[in-house]
Amino acid sequence: MATTYVGERLKRLEDPELIVGAGNYMDDITLPGMAHVAILHSPYAHARILSVDTSRATALPGVVAVFTGKDMEADTNALPCAWQAGSVTNNVNTPRPLAVDEVHFVGDPVAFVVAEDLYTARDALDLIEVEYEPLPTVVDAEQATQEGAPQLHENAPNNVCMHWTAGNQAGTDTAFDQAEVVVSQKLINQRLIPTAMETRGAIGSYNAGTDEYTLWLSSQAPHVHRLLLAAFVLNVPEHKIRVIAPDIGGGFGSKIFIYPDMAIVAWASRKLNRPMKWIEDRQENYLWTSHGRDHTTHAEIAGTRDGKITGLRAKTYANLGGYLSSIAPGIPTTLYGRMATGVYKIPNTFVEVFGVYTNTAPVDAYRGAGRPEATYLVERMVDRFAREIGMDPAEVRRKNFIQPEDFPYDNGLGMLPYDSGDYEKALNRALELVGYQELRQQQTEALAQGRYIGVGFSSYVEVCGVAPSAWIGLNGQGWGAGLWESANVKVHLTGKVVVTTGTAPHGQGHVTTFSQIVADELGIPIEDVVVQYGDTQGQPFGLGTYGSRSLAVGGTAIHRSVTKIKDKAKKIAAHLLEASEEDLVWQDGKFMVKGSPDAAKTIQELALAAHVGYSLPPGMEPFLDETTYHDPPNCTFPFGTHICVVEVDPETGKVEFLRYLAVDDVGNVINPLIVDGQLHGGIVQGMAQAMWEQGVYDESGQLVTGTLMDYAIPKASMVPNFELDRTVTPTDVNPFGAKGAGEAGTIASAPAVVNAVVDALKPFGITHLDMPLTPERLWRAIQEKRNQPSDSATAPTGGSHPPGDASTPASGAGA
Amino acid sequence: MATTHPITVTVNGKTHHNEVEPRLLLVHYIRDTLGLTGTHIGCNTSQCGACTIILDGEAVKSCTLFAVQANGSEALTIEGLAHDGQLHPLQQGFWEEHGLQCGYCTPGMIMSAYDLLQHNPDPSEPEIRHALEGNLCRCTGYQNIVKSVQHAARLMKSESLPDQGYETQEGHRPALVEGPEAVPSS
Repeated sequence: MATTYVGERLKRLEDPELIVGAGNYMDDITLPGMAHVAILHSPYAHARILSVDTSRATALPGVVAVFTGKDMEADTNALPCAWQAGSVTNNVNTPRPLAVDEVHFVGDPVAFVVAEDLYTARDALDLIEVEYEPLPTVVDAEQATQEGAPQLHENAPNNVCMHWTAGNQAGTDTAFDQAEVVVSQKLINQRLIPTAMETRGAIGSYNAGTDEYTLWLSSQAPHVHRLLLAAFVLNVPEHKIRVIAPDIGGGFGSKIFIYPDMAIVAWASRKLNRPMKWIEDRQENYLWTSHGRDHTTHAEIAGTRDGKITGLRAKTYANLGGYLSSIAPGIPTTLYGRMATGVYKIPNTFVEVFGVYTNTAPVDAYRGAGRPEATYLVERMVDRFAREIGMDPAEVRRKNFIQPEDFPYDNGLGMLPYDSGDYEKALNRALELVGYQELRQQQTEALAQGRYIGVGFSSYVEVCGVAPSAWIGLNGQGWGAGLWESANVKVHLTGKVVVTTGTAPHGQGHVTTFSQIVADELGIPIEDVVVQYGDTQGQPFGLGTYGSRSLAVGGTAIHRSVTKIKDKAKKIAAHLLEASEEDLVWQDGKFMVKGSPDAAKTIQELALAAHVGYSLPPGMEPFLDETTYHDPPNCTFPFGTHICVVEVDPETGKVEFLRYLAVDDVGNVINPLIVDGQLHGGIVQGMAQAMWEQGVYDESGQLVTGTLMDYAIPKASMVPNFELDRTVTPTDVNPFGAKGAGEAGTIASAPAVVNAVVDALKPFGITHLDMPLTPERLWRAIQEKRNQPSDSATAPTGGSHPPGDASTPASGAGA
Repeated sequence: MATTHPITVTVNGKTHHNEVEPRLLLVHYIRDTLGLTGTHIGCNTSQCGACTIILDGEAVKSCTLFAVQANGSEALTIEGLAHDGQLHPLQQGFWEEHGLQCGYCTPGMIMSAYDLLQHNPDPSEPEIRHALEGNLCRCTGYQNIVKSVQHAARLMKSESLPDQGYETQEGHRPALVEGPEAVPSS
């Protein structure tokens, strides 16, 4: 049938309430009799709790109660770790809702206050007296594994939580032994703090009459939160808890996980028999809501002088923080190690990962989750290799790409086969749009004037819509659940089509995208589609929104439910039109008898017939109501090439973005407006890692970047406009041919930016810089090279200035 | 309980008389006392701008003022922008140009942009980006926010919808090749 909505840049159906201030976010919710919770966090990164005295706090007027870890100990368990990937063996350490004996990072919760108002609750925190015995701390993952390092958990010698490998060790060693060229590089993929603009929150309300809890949570996965709280933490049956996710102000992964506050509000609402509200402040958000990345990797790449990559070897120390967060072990293993070769056919690869406990906030999935780290690894190393052999980085990429005829492609690292791709097409399109030859010419001319322009590439592939359950689950990758998605579709007598999805959007525009699909499939105006989500009551179990899975998995579940609706409606149409099903065609939103356009029924007419049930085929149940639990046969693998062009001022180390061009292939696109928006935001988050953001702990485990003053979230004035283009290589994994767009930008952009800056500084002999590329870091690197001109092994791009001379024209131009 | 002070504040044209604690933040007064929850809190330390409102004609971060400091003032919040079901041009701009995703920063972003357009009805792109430096957005990457403000500026200049103007903005991109300003030589 002709499509009306799919593919259109339709403005979002979500927006009208949000632009007038009528959204309903966590802190907007007020319940009768509600009390306010404030949580006391450990100021020490590692300490024994000797005593907690709550008497002064309890005595403060307006305070309802103060609770410690010992108060909660009998009724609650430690939070679960739901993805014990790889070789996490018998040393899973997860936090209790409140610490009892020992704290393991600054931010570990030790007590909480319940008060009549927020201000009093916060006042009372200052009156709780905790006596700590500080213990030695370690914050760096690699250092934490060394002999003599402070130990966090008795069951994890040398703080190693897991030692995981992928690939072919012997073959890789041989490839390196025989290689013409080997380049080694230590790469720091620094710690990031997700920083959703809305912090987290939790509201708990207990009904003593029914013994039921209603929880409002900042949640990217309300059903999963309910399941984990019920089955593992609170010891109550699942059906006694209802979780509602209201409007959520961004998540980027940080709202997937289970946190102590969720148990705290539930437990306290029962204990005190009144609703409890806890809203995180930004400092708390930085201290204890999960962080991302934090890898130290020793990487090596092997190849031939003519540009063929023959091996890749990486040993990574993944900092997992003081405890395991909900899905932490899966990120540096399945989602990183198994994607390490990216878009390249690398015959021999070996990846070794140590997951390590340190006295820092737990690290878990943050936008991209493992694939940004994998892409950074391979894209940085491919650039290092290209530079080493003196070949154009675009040419080296082209020479090693997986080819269209290689799909489905097994990368040899235990990932499922890549579904489809044409990596060279995306690269060629990007080169054409950027005007590559001219650009290199301009770079050379600029250098002659003492200006340092750099061009950086990132050709990426990532994995989205992770599935099927049999592969990702306990018998495969260790994920402690399925990864299917649910959808229910009902066509009401009024003609409204109500779609219930197990995905949990928090900015992604699912209402609009899913409405476009359903309206087209049923041939109805989009206004007649209602999309509901975010409430465990009355909605089929859903796995939630993360990993760019919502369209590929959740959208497909909707599509299948709609197909079932149409199958049933067709039977009713045949019955009402007194025709055989074979004689009916679906056209212009109607079932009609072939050749008799007047004999036709719309889906809404058929819904009425199905609803009233006056005349249905014999044995048919009334109502159009179909549910699907869709478990896809494979993941999807979006890809593309990003090109970043920068100019570096060698006198200040400042980087200016001249262009940023992205050619992404996310398969078919339902709503280009939304997809482009996802890419913009994604690119900026990766660019921010490259340029500005870094979560920093001092040696004693204090978070130095604990506020928005110290942690550099990009502002409007710091980022450029982006030039977006697409190639379209559909997947056969789902009926849309769509792959996923939520994380692609973030996965691609950091290496593109770093490669551009390193390219700009090539005349100085600089071959690598760790992120973030702050002006100070660049300036110091340039100064170091200027002071040691003999270090510079590479001739300047223009060929006219020996490395040692680079400073001369630059100084002149800077004046 | 602490002593309270009487204050009178006009918000979105409606005058309110309340007794408030001296330490009550203006943002909590707006949200919790008046129930206008469209103004959000994102950091409590004046960096994120989610709480931006217009106070006596100027954009302020309402988490950094006490309610008592607003005594006798006139405030405009996101709830006061639309009239008789007619969205303000900024609200139209944000909707048309996909200037929001999660929507949490949006009210503050719109109020800061309101302040900008009051003072500068025809801002350049760098002026828009500079004016919004006090408002953080984690979702959009800002490009569509800039387009939203440009869209609003066009609407405010002419009451009739000049749709033909904004299509050409699609191709707006900094170019390396043309023009001396394209590659600033610092």
